[in-house]
Amino acid sequence: MNAATLTGTILLLAMAGFYMGRARSLQTAGGDAKKLHSLPGYHGTYVAFWAGLPALGILGLWVGIEPFIIKQLVISGLPADMQTLPQNRLALLYNDIQNIAVGASSSKPDAVLRGAADHYSTLRATGIMAISALTLGMGAIGLAITRARIAPALRTRPRVERLIMVLLIISSTLAVFTTIGIVLSLIFESLRFFEHVSLNEFLFGLQWSPQTAMRADQVGSSGSFGAVPVFTGTLLITAIAMLVAGPIGLMSAIYMAEYASPTARGILKPALEILAGIPTVVFGFFAALTVAPAIRDAGASLGLSVASESALAAGVVMGIMIIPFVSSLSDDVINAVPQSLRDGSYAIGATRSETIKKVIIPAALPGIVGSFLLAISRAIGETMIVVMAAGLAAKLTANPLEAVTTVTVQIVTLLVGDQEFDSPKTLAAFALGLALFCITLALNLIALKIVRKYREEYE
Amino acid sequence: MPNTTTPISMTGPSVKAAPNGAPGPVKLETRGLDVFYGDKQALFSVDLAMPEHEITALIGPSGCGKSTFLRCLNRMNDTIATCAISGEVLVDGQNIYDRELDVVELRQRIGMVFQKPNPFPKSIYENVAYGPRIHGFAASKSELDEIVFTCLEKTGLLEEVRDRLDATGTSLSGGQQQRLCIARAIAVNPDIILMDEPCSALDPIATARIEELMEDLRGNYTIVIVTHNMQQAARVSQHTAFFHLGHLVEWGDTEQIFTSPAQERTQGYITGRYG
Amino acid sequence: MSNLSKRHASEKRFRIYGIAAIGAAVLAMVVLIGTITVRAIPAFVTTEISMDVFFDPEIIDPEKTGKREEWLQADYNAMVLQSLRKIFPRVRNRRDRRNLLRIMSSGGGDRLRNMVVSQPAIIGKTMTVAMPASDDIDMLMKGKISRDVPEDARRLSNKQLKWLDALQAKGHVHTTFNTQFFTSGDSREPELAGIWASVVGSVLTLTITLLLSFPLGVSAAIYLEEFAPKNRWTDLIEVNINNLAAVPSIVFGLLGLAVFLSFFGLPRSAPLVGGFVLALMTLPTIIITARAAMGAVPPSIREAAVGLGASPLQVVSHHVLPLAMPGILTGSIIGMARALGETAPLLMIGMVAFIVDIPKSFTDTATVLPVQVYLWADSPERAFVEKTAAATLVLIIFLIAMNGLAVYLRKKFERRW
Repeated sequence: MNAATLTGTILLLAMAGFYMGRARSLQTAGGDAKKLHSLPGYHGTYVAFWAGLPALGILGLWVGIEPFIIKQLVISGLPADMQTLPQNRLALLYNDIQNIAVGASSSKPDAVLRGAADHYSTLRATGIMAISALTLGMGAIGLAITRARIAPALRTRPRVERLIMVLLIISSTLAVFTTIGIVLSLIFESLRFFEHVSLNEFLFGLQWSPQTAMRADQVGSSGSFGAVPVFTGTLLITAIAMLVAGPIGLMSAIYMAEYASPTARGILKPALEILAGIPTVVFGFFAALTVAPAIRDAGASLGLSVASESALAAGVVMGIMIIPFVSSLSDDVINAVPQSLRDGSYAIGATRSETIKKVIIPAALPGIVGSFLLAISRAIGETMIVVMAAGLAAKLTANPLEAVTTVTVQIVTLLVGDQEFDSPKTLAAFALGLALFCITLALNLIALKIVRKYREEYE
Repeated sequence: MPNTTTPISMTGPSVKAAPNGAPGPVKLETRGLDVFYGDKQALFSVDLAMPEHEITALIGPSGCGKSTFLRCLNRMNDTIATCAISGEVLVDGQNIYDRELDVVELRQRIGMVFQKPNPFPKSIYENVAYGPRIHGFAASKSELDEIVFTCLEKTGLLEEVRDRLDATGTSLSGGQQQRLCIARAIAVNPDIILMDEPCSALDPIATARIEELMEDLRGNYTIVIVTHNMQQAARVSQHTAFFHLGHLVEWGDTEQIFTSPAQERTQGYITGRYG
Repeated sequence: MSNLSKRHASEKRFRIYGIAAIGAAVLAMVVLIGTITVRAIPAFVTTEISMDVFFDPEIIDPEKTGKREEWLQADYNAMVLQSLRKIFPRVRNRRDRRNLLRIMSSGGGDRLRNMVVSQPAIIGKTMTVAMPASDDIDMLMKGKISRDVPEDARRLSNKQLKWLDALQAKGHVHTTFNTQFFTSGDSREPELAGIWASVVGSVLTLTITLLLSFPLGVSAAIYLEEFAPKNRWTDLIEVNINNLAAVPSIVFGLLGLAVFLSFFGLPRSAPLVGGFVLALMTLPTIIITARAAMGAVPPSIREAAVGLGASPLQVVSHHVLPLAMPGILTGSIIGMARALGETAPLLMIGMVAFIVDIPKSFTDTATVLPVQVYLWADSPERAFVEKTAAATLVLIIFLIAMNGLAVYLRKKFERRW
């Protein structure tokens, strides 16, 4: 019996409770459902809830705590000298014990470890038996009690609905907990990072080479964690992307909103939606495979030296990716401008382009600015295109033909690899992540505020 | 098939004199009813009694509060967040704004038909069957069928839709849709039916049919109808109440109100001096 | 009115800019899909070399134990070499023999092993077996490696080319549909690499994502749209959800790393954890679309139900939810499609492993299709380029299908209230 089968059993118990409750309600009403306050189904659901929910709750708690408790117990059973090992060695040791216990270890273990492994297995087995007894017992008791209380006058529908409402409210708070989780974990790990590296160096330092010494006696490679080149790299590529996506996206939106016939719109809009649906890793592959070599060769033929991982390549492809984003947001905004404004302009004899340039765009400007801000936010947070097409070395430059690195690339390279979790190198990724989160959050808030204010003017 | 397990025992109908002293117990009554939307007061201390098995019409110019009044009677105003109510609304002598009262049961006993017909986008059968189903009135499919057919027949729809009970309710004509809504309302076996300008969206022929229907239903239900059409009020109702700017100006026998009203304002409205 | 013609000219220019913009966008998309498709097509065929293979009992089971373990351990590549030497009897010295064998992929040996284990009766018999050629041969046949380069700059020696030509002349060489691409997991050898392991990983991960985000998202949307009082807290929650929808996906990966892996100690690179992370990412999208769909249901329907005595929850479950369901489903499909294509957050939780075996449970180490594309894109062998393109094409097709389904559903069930 493991947690999964136990869950299944509890669910079966709840189902049984449903049928029993429902039958019982009809029974107490002498077979006449009309005598019941609530429909028999509600009586059944009532019993099912009390049979299943408390048990599942306890099971969930146990699944969360069990690993910690068992680890503590097993380690406290080890000889004293082993207990005082440094954290990471102890973790590896515990891992070995676990492997021995499940029979996945290939080496011959010594007696101490063998004993610990047996301890581990016994603890787990007893734990599972205890929790099975507890949860199934709770479920059975819940079922029996609620079933006995069923009577025609019992107002189960409001009770069931209250329970459902509680579940709905819990679901709603999950989103809040996610945000709290993100903020807390980022801040927590970043604070640990800032114990090693000062905030000043991080925010204003110009040198980014996060090679920390692996061993205390290693020569050379002291890490420097000045993130300015990384930030400028992000800005450079984002700027190139917006130079591509901004005009194309906006003009496409204008054309589709004001000029295109309904049939043309019917084809173009889905086409752009397809572009929007292509995953970013595909764009990244395209950038590395086709665009970057093409730009490099074009540059070579013009006598310029272009890096094979130029910011230009990554920026252009990112721009292509963002076009549908800018286009659909601007489209919404332009369509929201009231027809009365257009009518007024045409009635004076303005051409369509004049109406657009002088009436519609100014009216829609806040919304367009908002959509541009959202697009910038998207570009800053984009990962795969730059990971596959941009460089790894941080360079402080404004030249699009050179290779730069971005915040997201650094986060990936710092974490993808066999690093210890709390070396300054990995923690730097969290500091970068925090910076990324704050910047995109600020952009999003400003953008939403602008769009909301603008919408109020017209409603 | 009345629902006998009400939590608060409704005492028998209070024997209160009807407006002009004629016999007939009072089914529905308000005492000192004030209604506020936020800071704005919509109804001012309304005292009105509506007799059982009679049709009471509420008339008055637009914005006078008659729809607001109607919606208080089945606590539909609860759904509006800014609405606040003081005073009493008594059904069979029992205040329906009592904290203990189950509003869901109240709405089974008081049905409502709205101005614009709003059948569910389900089949005709399902529209009528929905209410009985959630209130548990039918123990079997055949009982449910019986309820549905009876109600459709009472509203005169059965002959017209018998062969297409599966068609969606919204595929019917306007008049038929409204009759479907009435059938849906009586399917939960209410004592009282509230109608908020039920014919204003319908053509004259459909209107005539519904007015006929109201007279047929009167024997079994108490009906309160809001209408801006004075001729309709004169045609169908036995009692009439005239509202103006949130005040109940006058009420009494329909005939008396329309031929010799006591208040000048009533006179002015009826003769069309203002609307 | 002398400027009238100028204004008309300006109007015309403006129109052209608009068409040019759309043209550029469409062109970019066509070039993108086009180049990838062109590069991908060669991956769907592969070169095989067939020859007579003698299932030599001396190699398979020299001690005549008759045991399956013996058969599994045997050196099947030796058998392949034997068969090759039957065709080229004059190949003598060691170096030549090794180079001869290098024409074939090690997958040939695997194929022979599978044959023996499933049908032991063939031991001792001779059969004609088609076996995959090495990736260099495959590339040569597809024209990706040129013969004109001098020998030391080439990956295939002159002798190997001679042998290949001889085999071709004798009709041993043919190209066939590359089923291996669809049925096997990753491999160090490009000719043996396939996407099946990552597809299964994607399916497992998305299942968890759907099972978590759909019920939680719809429940939250129901509460927020129909029941929550309008006060500062609910405003805050709404702002919160809108922001979460715009947070870069990599941040969710960091969250997953810090909370699910470090704090809770869940297994790295497991579909379970990937599903959790993607569910958190998809949740805001589903909440927002579900709320919009429910908000579009007209109040008159709610009023009618309330008037009949339905409780608020009954109004929602009997009327609002069924009518809003098409919109909710459309939004969910789009959300799932986005989750399918996500790579960055999964890299954070460790899905960069080299996965050969098909994952069987939610806690086995696995990878997903977009991550597989990323890993292959990094590989130096030329043969991986076409594999990457082919995997990308599969991914694109899946996504276009999902998005197309969503658009179709939206059109079909669109109600004009």
